Amino acid sequence: MGVELSTTRLEDAAKWAKQSLLEKGANWGRKFSLFTYPFVTACCGMEFMSVAAPKYDLARFGAEFPRFSPRQSDLLMVVGTITEKQGPAVKRVYDQMAEPKWVIAFGVCASTGGFYQNYHSMPGVDQVIPVDVYIPGCPPRPEQVLDALIVLQNRIAEGRGHSQLRHKREQVMAAAASEEG
Amino acid sequence: MSQQVLDALAAKHADSIEGTATLFGDEVVYVKREKLLALAKVLRDDPAFAFDAPVFVTCTDFLHWDHGAAPIGVALDRTADGDATYRYEVSYQLRSTTKRHRLRLKVRLTEADPKLPSLAPLWTGFDWQERETFDLYGITFEGHPDLRRIYLYDEFIGHPLRKDYPKEKRQPLVRRDDLPVVGVRKGELK
Repeated sequence: MGVELSTTRLEDAAKWAKQSLLEKGANWGRKFSLFTYPFVTACCGMEFMSVAAPKYDLARFGAEFPRFSPRQSDLLMVVGTITEKQGPAVKRVYDQMAEPKWVIAFGVCASTGGFYQNYHSMPGVDQVIPVDVYIPGCPPRPEQVLDALIVLQNRIAEGRGHSQLRHKREQVMAAAASEEG
Repeated sequence: MSQQVLDALAAKHADSIEGTATLFGDEVVYVKREKLLALAKVLRDDPAFAFDAPVFVTCTDFLHWDHGAAPIGVALDRTADGDATYRYEVSYQLRSTTKRHRLRLKVRLTEADPKLPSLAPLWTGFDWQERETFDLYGITFEGHPDLRRIYLYDEFIGHPLRKDYPKEKRQPLVRRDDLPVVGVRKGELK
């Protein structure tokens, strides 16, 4: 019995190590090949263009290629004020994106609503979709955006993005359900 | 600048207007609501006036206004309804590109009956602006070809630029299921 048990444990350990290594490798690849979907609604867009343009050069971090279809992207950049009327559209874009996916709230309006405290503006896009990194500033300096991107890359490598954690939770739940069944 | 327009209106159409004024360099005529459409037609078609360019439509809500101490505007003793108090003041700004003069029409409305005839059939440029005034102030323009909300969604209840609309009241269309409770104002979630 004891031998059998230790064999199982060894197999488990090997399986875990393999999975973990695979995941680490995949996350390493993901963090350097982010495909951005710029959801640009307001003046922060000018700063986004500046970051994407050669002077500050988002390409150095492997996130240079904006895709204008959410189905081909895995990083949603919410750039600018989100109104209540836009809420369903943002949610739909996020739902259509490929897993795993990440969200950056670019500027105070996307993060908290900024100076809009009224009937039409949403107090932060995290009312509708989960946000991984918030960038303060009105608008933020390009250096802040690059810093946020590095923070996000570290988070991706550690597997701590919202969608990654949700995926892990779902796997654990499914495993528990199959063991019970 | 356009004083001769005001003088001509006061002379020829005294039964259509309640008063005239010059406010901060702008010539204003207060029009009786039931005479607005007819007077607007004259202003557009009479070659002496020839107002061919619509500039804007907007509304002012005088809910918390002390009418007795009003520093601007004309103290009129009655509104279109013969009522002593009015709440809304709808403004139409007109301009003539040929005569090079301009004029602002104002119609005062009560809280109970915020309606007036639409000028969109006369100047197409007023179409969307009247829709905006309807959307944000709840003024009904009778005879408008397509009077519905222009900025806000159909689910929105009320008119947000009225002074009695709560300043920060939002009407969310969609929210996350797993919304963190921290930082959310009380009563904001439904």
